[in-house]
Amino acid sequence: MVPLSWYLVLSAILFALGISAFLIKRNIITIFMSIELMLNAVNLSFVAFANHWHKLSGQVFVFFVMVVAAAEAAVGLAIIIAVFRARETLNVDRVNLLKL
Amino acid sequence: MDTQTFLIAAIIKIALVAFLLLTGVAYTTWLERKIIGRIQNRWGPTRVGPFGLLQPLADGIKFILKEDMVPDNVHKGLYILAPMLALSMALISIAVIPFGETITVNGTQTALQITGVPQPGQPHPGDINIGLLIILGVTSIGVYGIALAGWSSNSKYALLGSLRASAQMISYELALGLSLVGVLILAGSFSLRAIVDSQAGAWFWHIPRWYIFPQLIAFFVYLMAAYAETNRIPFDLPEAETELVAGYHTEYSAMKFAMFFMAEYLNMITVSCIATLLFFGGWHGPLFGPPLLQSLLPVFWFAAKIFVFMFVYIWIRGTLPRFRYDQLMAFGWKFLLPLAIANIIVTSFIVAVWGHS
Amino acid sequence: MLHQVLFIVFGAICVAGAINLVAQRHPINSALSLVVVMGSLALIYLLLGAEFVAAVQVIVYAGAIMVLFVFVIMLLNAGAEERTQGSRIAVLIGGPGVAVLTGVIVWTVMRNSQQFGGVLIGSMVEQGQDNTHGIANLLFKDFLLPFEVTSVLILIAIMGAVVLAARKESV
Repeated sequence: MVPLSWYLVLSAILFALGISAFLIKRNIITIFMSIELMLNAVNLSFVAFANHWHKLSGQVFVFFVMVVAAAEAAVGLAIIIAVFRARETLNVDRVNLLKL
Repeated sequence: MDTQTFLIAAIIKIALVAFLLLTGVAYTTWLERKIIGRIQNRWGPTRVGPFGLLQPLADGIKFILKEDMVPDNVHKGLYILAPMLALSMALISIAVIPFGETITVNGTQTALQITGVPQPGQPHPGDINIGLLIILGVTSIGVYGIALAGWSSNSKYALLGSLRASAQMISYELALGLSLVGVLILAGSFSLRAIVDSQAGAWFWHIPRWYIFPQLIAFFVYLMAAYAETNRIPFDLPEAETELVAGYHTEYSAMKFAMFFMAEYLNMITVSCIATLLFFGGWHGPLFGPPLLQSLLPVFWFAAKIFVFMFVYIWIRGTLPRFRYDQLMAFGWKFLLPLAIANIIVTSFIVAVWGHS
Repeated sequence: MLHQVLFIVFGAICVAGAINLVAQRHPINSALSLVVVMGSLALIYLLLGAEFVAAVQVIVYAGAIMVLFVFVIMLLNAGAEERTQGSRIAVLIGGPGVAVLTGVIVWTVMRNSQQFGGVLIGSMVEQGQDNTHGIANLLFKDFLLPFEVTSVLILIAIMGAVVLAARKESV
C-alpha cells in the first residue's frame, strides 16, 4: 500500500520541474515540451484523486486534458514552423519584435 | 497457482514463443526470396541446403560476423539506441497476443499467451482487458526507432527516409485505429480473447461468424493501413532504394541492420496476428480427431491464417509498384480515413438499431 | 511491498527524466526524456487502476504528440540550444518561487497524509465495473456536452494548424 500523498508529491515535483524548464530553457520547442510536462503532472493528480474517491470522473478529465494537449500541440507546432520560416531561429530571445 | 509455478510457466512460454517467432522471422525471409523469385521467373536461394533451406542460417552468421561500423559524426547514443528500440518494441507487442485457449499441463492450467494468469471464474481466462490498446501503444512507440535512426545517422538519405517514415506512420495510424473500431463496437471489448470468442460458431450453419463478413470495408482499410505502418510495398517510401539508397537504415551495418530487418518482419507478423484475431476468428476452425489433435488444432489454425497473411504480403510485394509521395498522403487522408469513419458511423447505427447480434 | 517498490522505481524514472529534460541542451534529448517521463507515468497510472488512461497516455502522448515534436525538431533541423541571457527576472524570482511553491504543496500534502489514506492495487476493480465501460458511460452520458465541445476544439485546431503551417504561395 502506497500513501496517496506520495503520488501527489510526485505530481508536485514534476510540475515544479516543468515550471523551471519553462523559465530556464530558451528553445521554443523545449519550452513547449515543458508545458506538456506540467499537463502530465496535473493528469497524475487527477488519476490519483480518481482512485481516492473511487470515481472515474477524474480519469475522464485526464482524457479531456489529453485532447486539449493534442490540439495545442498541433497548433503550437504549426506556429513554431511559421515563426521559424520568418526568423530562421528557435531561440525565444531572438523572437522579440512583435512584427515580421 | 503459486508464484514459483507462475514464474516457471511464464519463462517456458516466453522462451518457446521467442524461439518460434525468431525462427518464423528467419523463414519468412527465405519464403519471401523464394516466392519473389518464382514470381519473377527465377529460382531464389538454392545453394545452401536443400531448396536453400539453410539460407537464413547463413545470413544470420554473416550478420553476426560482419564488422559493426559506427560512421563518423553520428549521434552515437541514439544511433545505437534506435535499432534496439525498433526490435524490442516489435518483440514486446507479441506478448499480449493470445494464440489459443488454455491448456492444462501436469494439473497447472495456463493460457496460451505470454501475459495473463487464468483466474477461476474469469469469462476469458488469462487475458488483459486492454490487450488491443497495448499492442497499438507499443507499436506506436516503435516509430521512434525509425525516426531516431534517420536523424542520428547524420546522412541526408537517412534523414529524408525517417522524415517520410514518421509522417507516413502518424498519418496511417489514424486510419489503422479507426478501422478497428467497427470490430470493437460489434465485440464490445478491448480484450483480444473476448473478441475471438465472440466470433465462435457459424451463421446459417456454414458461414463462420468472422468479423470479416460484416466488416469487409474495415478489413480493407486495416490491411492498407497496416501495409503502410510496416513500410512494405506499395508504401515502402521510407526505404525506397531507387530514391533514398536504403532510407533510414542507410548507415547501418551488420547486427544493427539485422535488428531493423527483424523488426520489420516481426511487425508484419504482429499485424497479421491482429488481422487474424479481429477479422478471421483467431484460432477458431474445424476440430476433429483424437483429443491430443483437438487441443493442438486451434494453434495450427492460428498459424495457418497468419501464414496466409504473410503470403499475401509477399505476393503484393511481387506485384505492385510503389506509390508517389503525394499519392500516399492523399490515399491515407482523403480515402482511407473518410472510409473508416463512414464504416464506424454505419456500424454504430446498425448496432444502435438492432442491438448486439 | 511490491506496490511501493514499483512506485519508487517508476517515480524515480519520472523525476530523472524530467530533470534530464531541463539539463539537456539539445531539444531531441529533451523530447526523448519527456517520452520516458510519459511512459513511466503510464505505468504509474496502471498502479492507480486506470488501465484505459494508461493505454491512451502511451498511444496519444508518447505515440502521437511526442512523435510530432520529434518530427518538427527533425524537420527544422534544430541544433543545440543557444546560451542567451533571457529574462533574468524570470530566473531570479521564478527559481525561488518554484521552490517555495513546491515546498508549500509538499508540506501541506504530507501534513494531511493520514486523511488521504492509501492506494491499493486493484481497488478500482472491486466496484465490479470494467474501467473502459465506466469511462465510456461517463463520457457519452454525463460528459456528453464537454465531449462534443472538445471535438469542435479539435476541428478548429486542425484548421488552424493547416492555415498556420501552409506556405503562403499555396494558400
